[in-house]
Amino acid sequence: MTTDAAIETSGLTKIFGRQRAVDDLDLTVPRGSVFGFLGPNGSGKTTTIRMLLGLAGASSGEIRMLGAPMPGALRSVLPRVGALVEGPAIYPFLSGRANLLRLDAADLHAPSATRRARVDAALDRVGLSHAAQKKAHAYSLGMKQRLGIANALLRPRDLLILDEPSNGLDPQGTREVRSLIRSLAAEGTTVFVSSHLLSEIEQLCSHVAVMSAGRLVAHGTLEELRRGEVRVTVRTPDAANAARVLTELNLPLDEPASGDTAGSGDSVSAVLVDGVLPETVTAALVAAGVRVRGLSVAGETLEERFVALTGEGFDVAG
Amino acid sequence: MSRAEPARAPGARPFALLGSELATLFRRRRTIAMLGALALVPILIAIAVRVTSAGSSGRGPAFLSDITQNGLFVGFTALTVSIPLFLPLTIGVVAGDTIAGEASLGTLRYLLVAPAGRLRLLGVKYLGAAVFAIAASAVIVVVGIGIGALLFPIGPVTLLSGDTIGAGDFALRALLMIGYVSMSLLGFAAIGTFISTLTTVPVGAMAATVVLAAASQIMDALPQLSAVHPWLFTHDWFAFGDLLRNPISWDSYAQNAVLQLGYIVVFGSLAIGRFTTTDVLS
Repeated sequence: MTTDAAIETSGLTKIFGRQRAVDDLDLTVPRGSVFGFLGPNGSGKTTTIRMLLGLAGASSGEIRMLGAPMPGALRSVLPRVGALVEGPAIYPFLSGRANLLRLDAADLHAPSATRRARVDAALDRVGLSHAAQKKAHAYSLGMKQRLGIANALLRPRDLLILDEPSNGLDPQGTREVRSLIRSLAAEGTTVFVSSHLLSEIEQLCSHVAVMSAGRLVAHGTLEELRRGEVRVTVRTPDAANAARVLTELNLPLDEPASGDTAGSGDSVSAVLVDGVLPETVTAALVAAGVRVRGLSVAGETLEERFVALTGEGFDVAG
Repeated sequence: MSRAEPARAPGARPFALLGSELATLFRRRRTIAMLGALALVPILIAIAVRVTSAGSSGRGPAFLSDITQNGLFVGFTALTVSIPLFLPLTIGVVAGDTIAGEASLGTLRYLLVAPAGRLRLLGVKYLGAAVFAIAASAVIVVVGIGIGALLFPIGPVTLLSGDTIGAGDFALRALLMIGYVSMSLLGFAAIGTFISTLTTVPVGAMAATVVLAAASQIMDALPQLSAVHPWLFTHDWFAFGDLLRNPISWDSYAQNAVLQLGYIVVFGSLAIGRFTTTDVLS
C-alpha cells in the first residue's frame, strides 16, 4: 500500500496562529488514479497542496510523495511532479515562451539541450503555439491558465498536481483540459486535481476526497463516495397505481411534493432498496397495467453528496 | 519506474538559472531605463560644463574642475555625483525586487516547485543584483569617458599624486574604479536582498533599502556618531581617491572589501535563514 501511493499523508496538520487550516489529514492517492480533491473555499485544499509541494512547512504530520519523504526528498521528487498551484503566475514583460524557458531553467535537472523543444511541445499541447511570442501581459485569463498548465507539462511527469485547472477557461478549453487529463492519465501519470466544478470531477476522477474546515470528511473511490441511495422515478399517468406497485415491492416512496397526495402527479419516485433490480420494478409495473412513459434510475449526484458532507451554508469557513 | 530521472540529468546546466536571471533582468524595460538614467548623469555634467565653462571655479564635486583640461575625468565626476543617491536608488530597486518581486508576481512558487532550490535561487538573485551594480557603475564611467572625449580635449591624465599616466594605465584605473564602486555596493545589495525576503510587496522592500542607504550616510555625517562610522556600509563609498595615486594605495580597497564582506556574511545569513524556512504563501 505504502509503495503504491503517489501521495500519502498521515496526521498532516497546518496551524496558522490559532486556526487549524489543515487538521490531521490522512490522505492516500493511489498511483495511476485521477484523484479529485474537493472542498468549499477556505477548507484547506490549497494549504494542503502547498505543503505537498514543500512551499509551506507542516506544523506536524508526515508526507510521502512518489515513495519519498517530503520535504526531505524535495530535490529528487519535485522534478517528477508538475504543478499548477492557485492559478498561473507569469512574468508579464516576457513572452509566453520566455516564461516557460525561465521556469524550465529553474529546474536544476532539466536538460538544457532539449529545453526549447520541450517548451514548444508543451505550448503546442495546450494550444498556445500561435501566441507563444506574444508578451504574457496581453494574454487573456484563459491563455494564462493554459500557460500555467503548459508549465506543469514541461517534462514527463509521474504526478500532476492541478489546482483548479479549468479556472477561467471557455467551454472548449474546459473540454480540452478534460481530454488532456484523460490522455495523461492513460499514459500512467497520476493526476491530483482540485476543483469546484463537481461535474468535471465526476466525469474525470476515479478517486475523490472531500475536505471541510481543514478536515477530511470523505475519502475513497468515486463509486464509494456516491454510493448513497439510488432512486427510481416512474413517469406515468397512472401515478396512484404505480405508487401501489412500488409499495408492494417494499420500496419506500418519496414524500410527494407539497399539495399533492401520493400518486396524484404524473411521476412517482422511491428509493431503490438493495436487492430490487430496476427490471423487476419495470416488470411489476407492466404486469399491473401501469402505463409507463419513462423510468429512470439515478444515484445521488456528487453535488448532493458534497453538500450533504460540507453543509449548505454560503459562509466561508474562517 | 520513474520516467524523469531524479539524479542530475546529463546536459543539465547548473548555471542555466543564473543565465535566465540575468537575461530576464537586463531585458526588462525597467532595468534598461535605470541604466539609461544613470548614463544621463555624465552626459548632463559634460554638457553643463561645456556650455558654461564654469568648471574651474574650484567648487563642486570632485574632479569637476579637471574636466575642462581632460575630458576623461567626466566619468569620475559622474561617479562621485551618483554615489550618494542614484546608484543606491537603482540598486535598491533591483535588490529590493529580488525575492519580493517574484513573490508578488506569484512566480516564486513556480520557481521553487520547479525545483530551483531555495538556496540556489537566493544566490542567483543576489548575483543578479551584484551584476547590476557592476553594470551600473560601468555605464557611468564608460559613458562619462565617451562623452568627455567627445566634448573636451583628452590627453595624458594627471593623477592626484602629480604623476602622469597614459591611455593603458588610465583604462586600468577606470576598471579599478568601477570595481571599487561596485564592490562598495555589494554589502548594500545583500541588505536589500534580505529585506526582499521579508515581504511580498517589492515597492516596500525597495523603499526600505534605499532609506537605509540614506540613513547610513546621514549617520556617517554626524561627528557625534564617529564611533560607529567605520562600521557603516557607506563609510568607504568615496574612498576611491587612492586609486588615482601613484603607486596605487590598496589600503582603502582592502578595508572596504572586508567591510562589505562582513555585511554580505551577516545579511546573507539572515536572508538564508529567513528564506529557507519561511512559508511561501503568495
